[in-house]
Amino acid sequence: MTCWETIGAYAFRSLGYGEKLLPRSDFTLCQQFTLIGSGLIWNIYFGALALMFGFFFANALAMAKASHNPWARKPAEWFIFVFRGSPLFIQFFLAYSALVMLPRGGIDIFGLHIATNWLTSAWAGALIVLFLNTAAYAAEIFYGALMSVPKGDLEAAEAYGIHGWSKFRRIQWPTMLRLAWPAYTNEAIFLFHATTLVFFSGFPAFQQRGDALYYANYFADKTFNPFVPYPIVAFYFIMLTATLILLFGIVNRRLNRHLPSNIRSKIRLRPRLIR
Amino acid sequence: MFSFCADPKALEGFGWLLCYLTSGKHLGFYTSFLTVLTLLAVTAPTALAFGFGGAMAARSHIAPVSWLGKIYIVMVRGVPDIVFFMFFVIALDQGIEWMKHQVVCPDWKEPIRQGLEFRVCPQAKVPLGSSSQIWHQLYGFALAVFTFSIVFGAFAANVLYGAMNAVPRAQLETAESYGMTPRQVFRRILVPQMWTYALPGLSNLWMILIKATPLLFLLGVKDIVYWARELGSAKTQAYAYPHPDWRLWYFLFLLVAYLCMTRVSEILLGRLSARLNHGQATAAGEAMRRAAQ
Repeated sequence: MTCWETIGAYAFRSLGYGEKLLPRSDFTLCQQFTLIGSGLIWNIYFGALALMFGFFFANALAMAKASHNPWARKPAEWFIFVFRGSPLFIQFFLAYSALVMLPRGGIDIFGLHIATNWLTSAWAGALIVLFLNTAAYAAEIFYGALMSVPKGDLEAAEAYGIHGWSKFRRIQWPTMLRLAWPAYTNEAIFLFHATTLVFFSGFPAFQQRGDALYYANYFADKTFNPFVPYPIVAFYFIMLTATLILLFGIVNRRLNRHLPSNIRSKIRLRPRLIR
Repeated sequence: MFSFCADPKALEGFGWLLCYLTSGKHLGFYTSFLTVLTLLAVTAPTALAFGFGGAMAARSHIAPVSWLGKIYIVMVRGVPDIVFFMFFVIALDQGIEWMKHQVVCPDWKEPIRQGLEFRVCPQAKVPLGSSSQIWHQLYGFALAVFTFSIVFGAFAANVLYGAMNAVPRAQLETAESYGMTPRQVFRRILVPQMWTYALPGLSNLWMILIKATPLLFLLGVKDIVYWARELGSAKTQAYAYPHPDWRLWYFLFLLVAYLCMTRVSEILLGRLSARLNHGQATAAGEAMRRAAQ
């Protein structure tokens, strides 16, 4: 098989298109690159969707944590503590064993039939866990930024007659986002890194449709040679990280565009390994 | 464990639960918490030592040593978490066996990599194929500890390198003007002062280390995750204590255990940081001084 044919056969293998069987012998470098790259589609899917939904939830959580009403503050504090204080690995296991216990046939509420079996598959179940997890981490970042909005800005807003919701929307929230953005970029990067845990904890890979690390592990197990597949995963993730920094950097420039250049916040990579 | 547990099928209610929770396998589950604590107790100082070495190397005036330290710090950045854990354990295992192979059987003719297999001579296996199960387990655990130490050492090196650079320059210059040698400056001035700058980063690292311990399971060590899966899965009547799928409760227990561990560390580290900030020329130290006035 030439490399082009391999790419045609395996480029979308992780989604279930192309060749059914994974290669079993005579592994070529091209096969490893193609399959691991194909698995990366799942990492991007989990990361991008969890980040997108998580952003809105994190804002709500940060606002709840900063509120004076204990009925809003306490649940938010507990939610953030539970998801930040425990390993993501355990959260995946817990979520999977909880979702499996739902009745197979679905639940009937007031004559409405709700199917539940889709929740146990990785694309939904793992996405929910990642969404809640990133929301908790990002909420802590946003809360910290909300607390460090300069007092002078808020007083100036009051002096101009901007109060309540309008003050929040026009002064507090944009400043919070600007202050939080460098830390949030790091959170996004490590969310993408955390997606590699999905198929290692609980959620089974249906018909061997896994993520990048799943295929890398497959090759390493089959060839007893970790020196090829894992560096390939590392290469893909470094590219992904670079892309993310680029995209978030564009947003960061826009958030800081009104400031003189010497006090703009810069994005720095602060690795956090594992959550 | 108790004498009335001899026939578990005849028991009911609280007695059954008591016997169930003290069965031999459950005792294994409880001791596996010790495995995790041992890992933490061994890894934290080792990683700190690695980090200290890395930071010292990165600060060195000799260019190659400084490069080595910086490469070590940069090595772990940007590459996802568990790739390192998956990679290092196999790579280390093969590296050790390869080196032992070179020493033990120098006249072994066959190539080590035969297509899909990694084959060293039988005498070079680590541990030897004939050794008992406990050695295999200990070896696996040692590999895991070493991997954790290398990876977390790089992160600690990053933190300590930053902390060493954060110590006010004037302090070091004053020490030099008193006639201290560079070594004395390092030992008497730099190291005692850097901890207050390093502590936020190191306590963050400690939290991450606690939360990384379930990865032992991926490295093939029989840790708490392994036992939770083993004990929680549904047991038929063939077992002494039949029960349906209880994995959810076991994982819930693990979750609570981890939450307790992180919470306790948070409180202890908060106290430690208050102690280290005392009398320091930092924002936190200044706040403490104001509060005391």
